[in-house]
Amino acid sequence: MCIGVLAAFVAGPSSADETPPPPSGAPAAPAAAPGSDDLSKSSSAATQQPLTIPVLYVKQTRSKELPLSLLDLPPADDGIAGAKLGIEDNNTTGRFLNQSFKLDVLEGDIDDLIKGAAEKMAAGDAFIIADLEPDALLKFADAFAAKSALIFNVGSPDDRLREEDCRANVMHVAPTRTMLADALAQYLVWKQWRNWLLVYGPRPEDHLLADAYRRAAKKFGGKIIEEREFKIDTGSRRADGGFEQIQQQIPQFMQGAKDHDVVLVADEGQLFADYFPYRTWISRPVAGSAGLVASSWHPALELWGGTQFQNRFKRLTSRIMRPLDYDAWVATRAIGEALTRKQTTDFKVLSKYMHSPEFEVAAFKGVATSFRTWNGQLREPLIVATPKLMVSISPQPGFLHQFSVLDTLGIDKPETKCKAYTQ
Amino acid sequence: MPRLPLVLFALTTALAATLTANSAAAYTVYVTNEKDNSVSVIDSEKLEVIKTVKVGQRPRGIIMSQDGKWIIVCTSDDNEVRVYDAQTLEYVKSLPSGPDPELLTLHPDGKRLYIANEDDNLVTVVDIESGRVITDIPVGVEPEGMGMSPDGKVLVNTSETTNMAHFIDTTTHRTFDNVLVDSRPRVAMFNSAQTQLWVSSEVGGTVTVINPADRKIITKISFEIPGIEKEAIQPVGIRITKDGKKAFVALGPANRVAVIDATTFKVEKYILVGQRVWQLYFTPDDKLLFTTNGASNDVTAIDVDNLKAIKSIKVGRYPWGVVVAPK
Repeated sequence: MCIGVLAAFVAGPSSADETPPPPSGAPAAPAAAPGSDDLSKSSSAATQQPLTIPVLYVKQTRSKELPLSLLDLPPADDGIAGAKLGIEDNNTTGRFLNQSFKLDVLEGDIDDLIKGAAEKMAAGDAFIIADLEPDALLKFADAFAAKSALIFNVGSPDDRLREEDCRANVMHVAPTRTMLADALAQYLVWKQWRNWLLVYGPRPEDHLLADAYRRAAKKFGGKIIEEREFKIDTGSRRADGGFEQIQQQIPQFMQGAKDHDVVLVADEGQLFADYFPYRTWISRPVAGSAGLVASSWHPALELWGGTQFQNRFKRLTSRIMRPLDYDAWVATRAIGEALTRKQTTDFKVLSKYMHSPEFEVAAFKGVATSFRTWNGQLREPLIVATPKLMVSISPQPGFLHQFSVLDTLGIDKPETKCKAYTQ
Repeated sequence: MPRLPLVLFALTTALAATLTANSAAAYTVYVTNEKDNSVSVIDSEKLEVIKTVKVGQRPRGIIMSQDGKWIIVCTSDDNEVRVYDAQTLEYVKSLPSGPDPELLTLHPDGKRLYIANEDDNLVTVVDIESGRVITDIPVGVEPEGMGMSPDGKVLVNTSETTNMAHFIDTTTHRTFDNVLVDSRPRVAMFNSAQTQLWVSSEVGGTVTVINPADRKIITKISFEIPGIEKEAIQPVGIRITKDGKKAFVALGPANRVAVIDATTFKVEKYILVGQRVWQLYFTPDDKLLFTTNGASNDVTAIDVDNLKAIKSIKVGRYPWGVVVAPK
């Protein structure tokens, strides 16, 4: 690094900020600056001190029931791997700007995480990516409310964390349930499949997701023809056999429903939704938590330069990228982007910039993503896909908005209940 | 009444004759069709596709050898660069590249080919005669745009995720400066006087004009089109007339090409073309500009003097790159 910086000082005009540009129209031969011979220098970074930026990733240990499909079992580094790639990408840029990023990872229960994070913060960590349950996130945020720390929520889709329970020191990268429901609903309405049979699971998060679908129906002109709660105990995710009974169970559960275009299943834990495709009483497509699913990322997305992004992830981790990995990557890149643009470690400057409407992150979605200024939620297009391939991307054509069509997804500014951001 | 069509016909013929007399000879336009694995060949006078040939998988960036004998195509899904005879369109040979080559540029010496390899964060330099890799130059994340200075001394590469224009010395093949621009820079283009380097930022929605002499930013151009949402304005392809007076910038899903006064940097006009316009190329006389409109499967010819789209020509699916033969 030092050699690079030194070279920059002797390189001549490129590092001399006070050198006026030549008069316009003068033939300006783009002469190379031969004294500088490595990548670590840039005209803008030459006068900067080297900056090291730690990013802390906290992951709450949870005892969750496992999803049905072997393909959906979460890897141990789910999310963390995305942050790692984000750090690598930040460092590729950082070597031109004299910046270096590193990732600290803490895993454990919420009290351990708060204790560990306090130590890390004392050592200079100010940017924290949090994969926590909703109440744990609030506890974590409140523990550090007085600190210079900014928390990026990647683990909870709960709307309340962005609304009545919003916190000024938390930004949200994970899409909300209402955003995901709206993304799917817009596609179904665009397709003119407006009549939905809603099936929801018994868990609180399934009920919240069902609420989001009901809200989306009302918002975009869908109609919930009938609702059924799926109370059958799904038991262990596998048994030798098992399918014989499911094959009888699901059609029976679906028998006698009013006619509908689509079966919408709300099963956030993926504990039964995947039983529904091809087992319904009448032949109808399944959407929601199985079949056609809305998410922030898809492992087969190749649009907008996505191929290279997927390849980089695969090279680093030897597995495919999941939505949590993507969300953690976006959070890490957002931190990197703020550092790149502001070239300072001043927390206040960076935090203010990231909260401002000027801040944008390119995140392989074709358009820039940004944070909503009223509650810190990432504004992004969402993918509507089958397990193998993207079907569409929402917002759908024709759903208009006064400011940004991306704000047709989820709770919009006029409806927000978040107070912490306006105070 | 029956005579009228005849008169009209005579008039049209006369007009056509005048037009033909005034316009330069026909040029050959080559367009890569990304989804069709093919190249469409257009006659610039008839403004019709005269031939379509299959090439390698996912053809994107396309250039011409200096003598006009070869067209050189990035066949991205074959992980190589393929050379075809410009006349017969027969396959000549393949050149090595890293994985997934996308854009390329030729040094004015006519020999050194510079290829952006998005997957490897490298610019690969290949001798087109021998097919040998001369060197690899490490750059930022996802190298894309490749702008060669007219004197051949400097190559500018843009990296899409690092958001920089990397200035590379073509003698030492080393980066000597890096300029931060807005998100996802796609194309870098020098004016012929080498006093300006234009860089388009697709996601940032801007074009940054840099002074190549001191690498300072001269200006940043933004676009505003009534009725078009801000997110849809995504600048990609750039071409500047040889006299340095006008620049044309393709605006992607805004479906328009912006015309910019290259001395005042004011946007003069937006020309409506096809859907998701990406790459641009002039005829050698700067009279016509061809645009590739990916999502509507067509190429639009723009009359450069009158700043009007004169015809859209149906080509293959998802036209991506375009080049016009020198003669």
